Amino acid sequence: MTDLLFLLEVSLAGLGSGALLSLTALAFVLIYKATRVINLAVGEILMLGSYLFFAFAAGMGLSVWLALPLAVAGGALTGAVVERGLIRPMLGESPISVFMVTVGLGSVLIGLVELIWGTDPRSLPPFIANTPVFLGEAYVSRKILVAFLVAAAVMAAFMLLFRYWRGGVALRATATDQAAAYSCGINVPGVFSAAWTVGCGIAAGAGVLLGAIGGISPSMGVFGLSALVVVIVGGLDSILGALIGGLALGLIQSWAGTYLGGEYQGVVTFGLLIVALMVRPYGLFGTHEIERL
Amino acid sequence: MIIGTAKETYRADAALLTTPPQRVWMAIFLAALLVLPFMLDAYWLYLVCLAMINVGAATGLNILTGYTGLVSLGQAAFMAVGAYTVAWLERDLGTPMLVNLAAAGGVAAAVGVLVGIPSLRVKGLYLAIATIAASFILHFVFVHWVPVTGGASGISVPPATFFGVELVTYFRLYWVILPVTALMVLGAANLFRTRIGRAFIAVRDRDISAEVLGIPLLRYKLMSFGIASFYAGVSGGLWAYFFRVVTPESFPLLASIFLLAAIIVGGMGTILGGIIGAIFMTLAPEMLRFVVEWVSPWVPNAGTLLSPLRTVVFGAMIVGFLVFEPQGIAEIVARVRRYFRLWPFRT
Repeated sequence: MTDLLFLLEVSLAGLGSGALLSLTALAFVLIYKATRVINLAVGEILMLGSYLFFAFAAGMGLSVWLALPLAVAGGALTGAVVERGLIRPMLGESPISVFMVTVGLGSVLIGLVELIWGTDPRSLPPFIANTPVFLGEAYVSRKILVAFLVAAAVMAAFMLLFRYWRGGVALRATATDQAAAYSCGINVPGVFSAAWTVGCGIAAGAGVLLGAIGGISPSMGVFGLSALVVVIVGGLDSILGALIGGLALGLIQSWAGTYLGGEYQGVVTFGLLIVALMVRPYGLFGTHEIERL
Repeated sequence: MIIGTAKETYRADAALLTTPPQRVWMAIFLAALLVLPFMLDAYWLYLVCLAMINVGAATGLNILTGYTGLVSLGQAAFMAVGAYTVAWLERDLGTPMLVNLAAAGGVAAAVGVLVGIPSLRVKGLYLAIATIAASFILHFVFVHWVPVTGGASGISVPPATFFGVELVTYFRLYWVILPVTALMVLGAANLFRTRIGRAFIAVRDRDISAEVLGIPLLRYKLMSFGIASFYAGVSGGLWAYFFRVVTPESFPLLASIFLLAAIIVGGMGTILGGIIGAIFMTLAPEMLRFVVEWVSPWVPNAGTLLSPLRTVVFGAMIVGFLVFEPQGIAEIVARVRRYFRLWPFRT
């Protein structure tokens, strides 16, 4: 029975990190849905968010509950500035160029963070208690449980917003047909800005949660690559895909890390990506629009 | 000022250098390359050799991305395949250098064709992401196939010998790297005067039209991957001889981004662009070193700022060129040439 219990614990930890993957993937999905841009800098925005939290909470000694919204707002502000300054002028350029702009942006962000805070890994001031939680028999780290609950709440909120709120409907309309959305009086550039602002804010929030679990370092943006795998597998324009893909990838990474060894996590992740691209390039829940030749 | 260049044959029109000034400048450039190693100290020779290695790899990527329109973020991984091939051959078989370099290109090309297979199914960004995945999987292979790759500690490569001369100094290596790179660039320039190269361009411009024109997409896309990876493999082989040690961390994803950035900055889809871009991107971070040294009297521990500053400048260059000069430095060069074509008269 201990084996089964162990499997359950590993799976719960996997679901916890999977929820963070889903949250980061949501940032990808929001931005892609509105602007058709794959923002590879999401990982770096996530890192920036965690460092902002670090600066507010540890550097300036603010209360954690003040620092957290400030960090999210900082990420959102970065997103808004980037959208207006870099992405808006690139409208109509090839998707590859815009993609490379975000790659360059990621590099700039890493460099800036290293300039300001140095390259050493740091740990965030503790704001989630260390005492473990027992779900029945199974042991779960409280941080992972909190991360899971927060991620689940945010995902649920966005699902509802997309369904019922005017802004969410406007974003879906823009994703379906920009010209038609324009002619219906939807402020399409406004939707672009909103998607980048909210997407980057979410990424920054995910960064704070991730930093609370594993500490922060300028290279933690690599997490964004895992989230990218999630959105490719789940479908680039599907929130449901991000949710299910994130949880599934979290489980698979956790199992692979435990039963095969930590070094297999990456290869399993990217192997999954290649299989997904070969079999279902548009993802499990994405719109079937990939041109095939 | 040049007033028109009348070409009487198709051959003359398709030539690489069409006007006398071009030939004169090319001759001056080649002569400069021959004199260069005698004038530079070891540090600058190191930079020049590194730049030339990058020129080879960037030209290969330019064939794939600039001319065939298949974006790849795995070029550095193919360089790694070439570097490991050379290291393994030197360690276990001791075959001659030129054979090793050719084998490095061949093995990398084979791997490249394999990685290129998803390009039949997906393109654009999805292909770029597939190549990222492929480079991570290759990295895994390098770490775990210990008997061949030496695992995480890698392989140290003995110095290359060429007809009994040990190539230990940068000066001697220069005379190997220069001709190999020059041959690769010449080959790339000539490729686009042939049917194959023109087919690549057709695939880039509109793949459906290309297929209708009788260009088998499968074959030509894989061929483009093969050629690009061959270039990467040979450059990686030179890299192995140059640094004399190959580890899995020698070619990170950042190196692939570096090469893609080089052809964006230089100008995609022009041979000149690949060359200028690779040289510019190799030398520009080094120029920062002088800036940092210059400000060091006023800024405390300026030395520690160098590495983050390079990262910032690297990213800013990619963003800046894409936003303000999407055609790259090659376009600036072309503009200057157009200006002087009419000089001193204005249009």
